[in-house]
Amino acid sequence: MTALTSPMSRRLRWTFTDGLTLVGRELGRLRQNPGELIAALIFPAIMVVLFGYVFGSAIQVPGGGNYREYLMPGLFSMVIFSAVMGVMVRVATDASRGVMDRFRSMPMARSAVPFGQTGADSLTGLLSLAIMVGAGLLVGWQPHRGLIPTAEAFLLLMVLRYALSWVGVYVGLVVKNDQVADQMVPLFFPVTMLSNSFIPTGGMPGWLRFLADWNPVSAMTAASRELFGNPSVTSGDVAWPLAHPVAAVLLWSAALLVVFVPLSVRTYQRRGR
Amino acid sequence: MTDPIVVAEGLHKSFGDTHALRGLDLSVPRGTVCGVLGPNGAGKTTAVQILATLSDPDAGHARIAGYDVVREAGKVRERIGLAGQYAAVDEKLTGRGNLRMFGRLSHLSRREAHRRADELLERFGLMDAADRPVAGYSGGMRRRLDLITSLILRPEVLFLDEPTTGLDPRSRGEIWASVRELVADGTTVLLTTQYLDEADRLADDIAVIDHGRVIATGTPDELKATIGDRLDVVLEDPAALGPAADVLSALAGTDLTTTGADRLSVALPGGGLRLADIVRELDRAGVAAADVSLRRPTLDEVFLRLTDRKEPVR
Ligand SMILES: Nc1ncnc2c1ncn2[C@@H]1O[C@H](COP(=O)(O)OP(=O)(O)OP(=O)(O)O)[C@@H](O)[C@H]1O
Ligand SMILES: [Mg+2]
Repeated sequence: MTALTSPMSRRLRWTFTDGLTLVGRELGRLRQNPGELIAALIFPAIMVVLFGYVFGSAIQVPGGGNYREYLMPGLFSMVIFSAVMGVMVRVATDASRGVMDRFRSMPMARSAVPFGQTGADSLTGLLSLAIMVGAGLLVGWQPHRGLIPTAEAFLLLMVLRYALSWVGVYVGLVVKNDQVADQMVPLFFPVTMLSNSFIPTGGMPGWLRFLADWNPVSAMTAASRELFGNPSVTSGDVAWPLAHPVAAVLLWSAALLVVFVPLSVRTYQRRGR
Repeated sequence: MTDPIVVAEGLHKSFGDTHALRGLDLSVPRGTVCGVLGPNGAGKTTAVQILATLSDPDAGHARIAGYDVVREAGKVRERIGLAGQYAAVDEKLTGRGNLRMFGRLSHLSRREAHRRADELLERFGLMDAADRPVAGYSGGMRRRLDLITSLILRPEVLFLDEPTTGLDPRSRGEIWASVRELVADGTTVLLTTQYLDEADRLADDIAVIDHGRVIATGTPDELKATIGDRLDVVLEDPAALGPAADVLSALAGTDLTTTGADRLSVALPGGGLRLADIVRELDRAGVAAADVSLRRPTLDEVFLRLTDRKEPVR
């Protein structure tokens, strides 16, 4: 019992419980605003219809294969990357409304806030991924390689999402203004579209193809296609991240965490604005 | 004599080229209300943020209940509450949800956090709105929620940065009543405000700050006494405004202002001059006065005089 009362472990315990409280806050917000939950439900349906049927009707997967099978991993990546924007907006809103200052003036564990925000995002991320998977199953997408690779794919998606949510925390802390943050949200679309998610990168002009191939969205999508056994198109010489997508996603995640966790925690704790 | 619970000595803080604080000193006795007055940009918020451990001073130091705000920030945070310039609550949660969350984050047990939330909602009249999202609250309700959120841990010192800015008179009255109740319970309050009547009604002591320095301190009455009484004159004929002004200036009045087409106001140097003398002098100059009255200055006048950047017009 002495271990639990030492200052260090007490701090750890508070970081954990404070983090949990902030996760609970996210649940409370969802309960109060069922509209957001409904929007979260409708969004995947719209994406699946738009890309799967509207664009999909004109797209041939080179080498054959069902376009919707090809598409779903790309939509999963899109869901994962939305973490950056979601967390950024929430953090910037807290910062501009003074909620962050209130947290700072309270005797709570200091790193609890960024850890709580990212933890809460994992929860909403899991929910939106589940909804997107449901939409995929409805339109005929499915994993083909059995339990273990399927579980690996979902785990990989969540690991990357967690890493990306730290980017959101950092940008939100730097922006500190919810209106600016809101205006930055649409940037998310070109970033996710400039990838192999919706069409193969083979036909893009050289410089664009380079950006698309090295976009972490592409690595994530390629990794999902590999682990779910969905059609993937790899022609000619393949860029390294697409040839080794699982390793690439793990590297991306590790790099993002190594850079953005300390950066965010420092920025949050920095006083003397 | 009680020891001061809030002490600031020589606080300096710059943001780039802006010297927000240049040697601010402050001392607030336990159980009192200190009103910090100052024009926009005087450094009020900066001072509050340093005292509430949100920002470090460049130089100088401050102690709350004996704990240094920089080196012992954790101890300070256990003893203070802060209601900033905006309502710092989660718009998307209910009032009750906010209080419970902040209670948990203050490390109350779940049961204690729930109990405290209900207690505060009940006491400050927000029970009816407790289960509605804050986004639907009026400005006054939000401010009140913000205020009670900073009371969860029964702080020894409460910082209120412009607690009633933008509120209607009724909501302001409610906030004032809440502050008085807290003080009756022994809380020390440091409040910044733009409204001088607010300071006049609530504060035991006032510190007027400008350009990051305290330029005057005292009780509201002491401050009013420093600029002397004021004389208001209402003329029968607006055309007599010029001659009347000449007479009043000659009688050693300073800070002469025209407060209407037919009225003047002037500060009188302490004592010596009687109302009768003034009326006689006006008479002699052929100025007919409908009303001449002597009164204490308002805190507004004290404030304008103290923070005036130019020399008063003679
Ligand atoms: N984060 C910041 N960055 C740059 N300048 C700042 C910052 N915060 C305050 N200042 C500057 O410091 C000075 C004091 O600001 P402060 O907010 O303390 O004034 P205030 O007395 O609270 O004013 P108000 O009545 O408008 O709230 C101002 O000139 C302001 O522009
Ligand atoms: Mg201010």
